[in-house]
Amino acid sequence: MGAKVLLIDDETEFLEAMADRLTIRGMTVSTAESVYDALQQVETKIFDAVVMDFMMPDMDGISALKALKKIKPELHVFLLTGYATVEKREEAIQCGADALFDKPANIDLLTKIIQRVYS
Amino acid sequence: MSYDTDTVGIAGLRFFGKMSASISHEIKNVLAIINENAGLLKDYTLMAEKGLDLNPHQVCAKAEKIMAQVARADEIMKKMNVLAHSIDEDRQQTNLDVIIKLMIALSDRTAAMKTIKLELSATSESVSIITAPFFLENLISLCLDFILNMADEGSVLQLGCEKTKKGALIRFTQPGKLPDEQSAGFSDDTVTAMMAALQAELFMDPALGEIIITLPKEI
Repeated sequence: MGAKVLLIDDETEFLEAMADRLTIRGMTVSTAESVYDALQQVETKIFDAVVMDFMMPDMDGISALKALKKIKPELHVFLLTGYATVEKREEAIQCGADALFDKPANIDLLTKIIQRVYS
Repeated sequence: MSYDTDTVGIAGLRFFGKMSASISHEIKNVLAIINENAGLLKDYTLMAEKGLDLNPHQVCAKAEKIMAQVARADEIMKKMNVLAHSIDEDRQQTNLDVIIKLMIALSDRTAAMKTIKLELSATSESVSIITAPFFLENLISLCLDFILNMADEGSVLQLGCEKTKKGALIRFTQPGKLPDEQSAGFSDDTVTAMMAALQAELFMDPALGEIIITLPKEI
């Protein structure tokens, strides 16, 4: 059994394709199209890692990160971002993000890092 | 026409920068979807090389998704092109209906980030006037920013244009009230300069949650 990953993005097409690719790489993937949905899933299910778009419509990235960490402080959170300033990146790391990846992300690098924290 | 060219110029640059940033974000999202679907096609090919069956329907579906995203990107770039060309002439014959649809499309993501939906009002009509389209787009954007900051989450904000005796009007309607205090502070130097450039007048009805911009037939 591979890592249990929650993938959060408001673009359905992106979620589907990314979930398929992570599944092919041995992970068990759940998806959420809103932070609200993601928070509910994190409260009720067990995940090894969360991969989240830094710019979600219903909550800004830093607030979403804090909310996820408040529910499960030990959760590994990886952020995907189109454009993030150096300040925002630093703030995200200070708030507990494991790493930020530029979109489109390198799936093999992302997989490697998720597997490292999982093992 | 007499107006503060410095204020209008700086506001124009800010507006164009903001729109460019929003468009580039949208394009990034499209590229990410294309990248993941193209990546999936590569994954399938690698799996087929290892002896797993390649499902033609699955491959076709992913190719269609890529094509749909290319079409989406094309639409986004067409809007960017219209926006960029709206500064070509100081004043030109302008269809307000087209400008409003463009601004709805360009502001849609910003509104969605606040869980607000933008839509063209059902009563909106085709109105053509001679105006400065870039300044008008900028003024509409300022009005949208103002209302989006105050509108309730999940609400629908309608925009529409109507013919008047003197020219035309653009109406922004949202279901809630606009707070009186903040409404009074809306007409700052930038809005004032932009209205002067357009020879426009702005009316606000906080109780009805409406902002109305009146525009002359010709500037």
